[in-house]
Amino acid sequence: MSAAPIALAGEPRVDLAEARAHGLSTEEFAAIERILGRTPTFTELGVFSVMWSEHCSYKSSRKHLRMLPMSGPNVVGGPGENAGAIDVGDGWVAVFKIESHNHPSYVEPYQGAATGVGGILRDIFTMGARPIASMNSLKFGSFDHPRTRFLVGGVVGGVGGYGNCVGVPTVAGEVMFDAGYNGNILVNAFALGLARREDLQSARARGAGNPVLYVGSATGRDGIHGASLLASAEFDAESESKRPTVQVGDPFTEKLLIEACLEAMKTGAIVAIQDMGAAGLTSSSSEMAGRGGLGIELDLDRVPLREADLTPYEILLSESQERMLIVAERGREAELQAVFAKWDLHAAVIGHVTGDGRWRALYRGRVVADLPVGAISDDAPVYDRPACVPAASDALAAAAESAAQADAPAPAAALRALLGSPNVASKRWVYRQYDSIVQSNTIAGPGSDAAVLRIKDSRRGLALKVDSNPRACAIDPYIGAVATVCEAARNVACAGARPAGISNCLNYGNPERPEIMWQFIRGVEGLRDAAIALGTPVISGNVSFYNETEGRAIAPTPVIAMVGTFADVRLHLKQYFKIAGDAVMIVRSAAPSYAASEYAALFGAPPRPLAPIDLGRERRLVDGLVECAERRLIRSAHDVSEGGLAVALAEACFNPAGIMGVEVDAGDSGHDGEVLFGEGASTVVISAPLENIEVIHQIFDPLEVRRIGRVTTAARLTIGAAINEDLAALKQIYEMALPGRLNRP
Amino acid sequence: MKWGVVRFPGSLDDADAIHALREVLGQDAAMLWHKDEALGGAECIVLPGGFSYGDYLRCGAIARFSPIMQSVARFAAEGGLVIGICNGFQILCEAHLLPGALMRNRSLAFVCDVVTVRVENAATPFTRAARTGEILRLPIKHGEGCYVAPQEELRAMEERGQVLLRYVDEAGVASDAANPNGSMRSIAGVANQGFNVFGLMPHPEHAVEKALGGEDGRRIFASIIAGGARAASRVSG
Amino acid sequence: MRARVFVTPRKGILDPQGRAVEGALTSLGISGVANLRVGRYVTLEIDAPSHAAAEATVKRICEQLLANPNIEDFRFEVDAG
Repeated sequence: MSAAPIALAGEPRVDLAEARAHGLSTEEFAAIERILGRTPTFTELGVFSVMWSEHCSYKSSRKHLRMLPMSGPNVVGGPGENAGAIDVGDGWVAVFKIESHNHPSYVEPYQGAATGVGGILRDIFTMGARPIASMNSLKFGSFDHPRTRFLVGGVVGGVGGYGNCVGVPTVAGEVMFDAGYNGNILVNAFALGLARREDLQSARARGAGNPVLYVGSATGRDGIHGASLLASAEFDAESESKRPTVQVGDPFTEKLLIEACLEAMKTGAIVAIQDMGAAGLTSSSSEMAGRGGLGIELDLDRVPLREADLTPYEILLSESQERMLIVAERGREAELQAVFAKWDLHAAVIGHVTGDGRWRALYRGRVVADLPVGAISDDAPVYDRPACVPAASDALAAAAESAAQADAPAPAAALRALLGSPNVASKRWVYRQYDSIVQSNTIAGPGSDAAVLRIKDSRRGLALKVDSNPRACAIDPYIGAVATVCEAARNVACAGARPAGISNCLNYGNPERPEIMWQFIRGVEGLRDAAIALGTPVISGNVSFYNETEGRAIAPTPVIAMVGTFADVRLHLKQYFKIAGDAVMIVRSAAPSYAASEYAALFGAPPRPLAPIDLGRERRLVDGLVECAERRLIRSAHDVSEGGLAVALAEACFNPAGIMGVEVDAGDSGHDGEVLFGEGASTVVISAPLENIEVIHQIFDPLEVRRIGRVTTAARLTIGAAINEDLAALKQIYEMALPGRLNRP
Repeated sequence: MKWGVVRFPGSLDDADAIHALREVLGQDAAMLWHKDEALGGAECIVLPGGFSYGDYLRCGAIARFSPIMQSVARFAAEGGLVIGICNGFQILCEAHLLPGALMRNRSLAFVCDVVTVRVENAATPFTRAARTGEILRLPIKHGEGCYVAPQEELRAMEERGQVLLRYVDEAGVASDAANPNGSMRSIAGVANQGFNVFGLMPHPEHAVEKALGGEDGRRIFASIIAGGARAASRVSG
Repeated sequence: MRARVFVTPRKGILDPQGRAVEGALTSLGISGVANLRVGRYVTLEIDAPSHAAAEATVKRICEQLLANPNIEDFRFEVDAG
């Protein structure tokens, strides 16, 4: 029945050269011709180029992602939906996902970051969940790089500009500065939504004849070929000229879409819904049809356009923001349209579901694309790209080089330098620009080990944290990934929550290079092993390849977003010492090391490999923290991360209610710089009433538990004879480091 | 007491205001829709925070033309109580129900923080549960909260006691450092001449629960509720 | 010399602000308005040896700061003044 679609006047001729210009390989173009039994039209070629792009098809990563643990007793909703969900109790489920927007943010930092936030929010509310929290992981180049301050200002402005206006609090995040990101920053955005379990929506089309509704902003030329650009082209001077594709976010329309969609879902007239993200109308329509094993027909003349002269190619590939595609129950279109009209949004019927398994687009009465749904949504190539261990680890070599310098500074001087380093220092300059309290759920916001949110009308709560450790991953991509997962879990457990699920954003270089592919595979293996050991399923994720500039890849950067749950959120903990006289203790699973530490980055240190991680001990540490919190045995818990133990002790004293002090006894902690400033070991600083010390020892057995000192009111940090510092002065260094670098005109 | 919280397109703290009033303070609070004209018998109208109409053009400039704002203006003219929080304050200024205007923060950046404000006049329906000179800790979150008005107007407002809240430091002293947005005379909240319309940049609705960081916002709501109770007893007595 | 600079959203780029204002006009009952776009108007005085030199400087100012070339177009007028 389907005659071959017709080429439109003025369209380029489709041949191998054109296919290659669209980023398809010779083999891929041959496969397309084989599947179709003919040469695709120009419009169809555009469709294949985005749907078979790395960004949409995960063709280099898919094989390896299958090894991740995606199920578990608390996982709700299966594969094949937009994002997974976990059961958080009392009938509530949490839907969450993290996604990259790296390349768009480098080209246009404000809009790139803003649309990254908008896109991830749509992934959440399309599931029927109200977005209640955002987080982000930002990696910038060093402050010496001329573009860094511009990028920081733009990205932070964009995250805030969008998130603040859409009414979703930004509750946590991480910011790192490292020369490795000079030409390729990372902007990973996370969102979490809550839904009643029975209200979860499907993205699976059902019912031939059901109408397809288009809701939200009109379609313009935004981001045409953005998806393929951002995932398959490395950066070079030319990207600066690819400007016409910049997408502009409209958080106001997004807010209306959130309210209107959640209200429309309550009518029960929505069969399936998906946001128009990468590859816009094409991917949303074909994926919904593909999941349902059905076909779909779109009448492009009915698509709301911002400019009348868009071609079918442009309409199908546009990445205009704030658009949703809905499959409705036949006959109930008007009911849905009324809800959208209430919110001043237009809902246009632009097509219908068919039973023939074809993805068909009509334009001015003629078929311009007619493809098997499976060919674009499922049959994208899957590559098992070659992987091999790099000859010598560049990171180790670099570390060896930097080790040559430097007499070790005195401990007090090292502590001050670390507190003033942008990677350790307070990120208040950043998060003060984010609304972190809207929706009235934020119990602990940015600046905490993990954000803590309550769930209204319930005792339950959530803890959220996003973590990464590219320096460790650069030395050993497997151990680095394991360490990242453990750190995220530990942070959540420090708040007293039980780690429950993971979303990951895997940022790597060019997968066509075997050593990058090796880094990626080792990273996924690390993520798998740690996730299994900690009992935290990976419910969603995103892969960002081609993070390279002029042939230089970023360090492997798997970013882990961990969500934990509280049975009773009133039992949550913060990182701050509270009561003078409390015992200060450390619990650790291994010995600290200068490897991959901020100290080594600042002062140099002899190169060394990362110590292997015993996942059984990591689990013990996490479980012990949760037990201590639930039994109210400890008053604070703080993870030792960048800067090591001495920095963590200082941070624990920076209580917003009034600076506390700490006295660490000589001999008990050791004064070796590596004990004070080393990282890598999973270590937690806790404070507890003296009478609980013994039971705390029992809980953490067989881990190393030491009482190292006591909380005081003196606002001094003393560690034996090595350090005796005024904490108000230290706090000043810690607070002023970023403003000092960023507020300069 | 009966409250009406207006929901404009782009309102964000509307649900928070309802939560604070209903669940925390036990009030009878209803959401009012911007396209409607009816105020539902509310004794106090809340214009909530957010980014009505995306804050496009000027904050509050578009929302003031909503059908419900015509009713709110009439209600205010008849002496009804109206409180505008953050974006609500901006809307009240745009609608000329309050003097002055709100401009971009001096830092040019959005700021989310907890500030200390001093109650400057406790003899109003919005502050009567506080003491003059009392310090309240309240959250702020805005990009355009820099209050400006002509100097003569400011002087007259001060004389009449229309400045109800001023940004101060922990010791209660107004200073440049304690002024988070560059507001003239460190003004955080003002009333109209009839003292029945009040606008403030800090968010009292986000400061009614200890678990979320503080309860000082209750002072504002308790003031209004006390007045409502008094009015009710006058009616019944 | 005096320069007047007009910065407007680039053709084809979404202008959320223009859209919202246009929508508000409709709800105010003002019909027949289309393609409303909101930009910025900047005036400045410039000390330059010639008209051409002033134009060159203003162009540089626009390209480097006043307009974001990713999303905005600009045009300007320079008069003796």
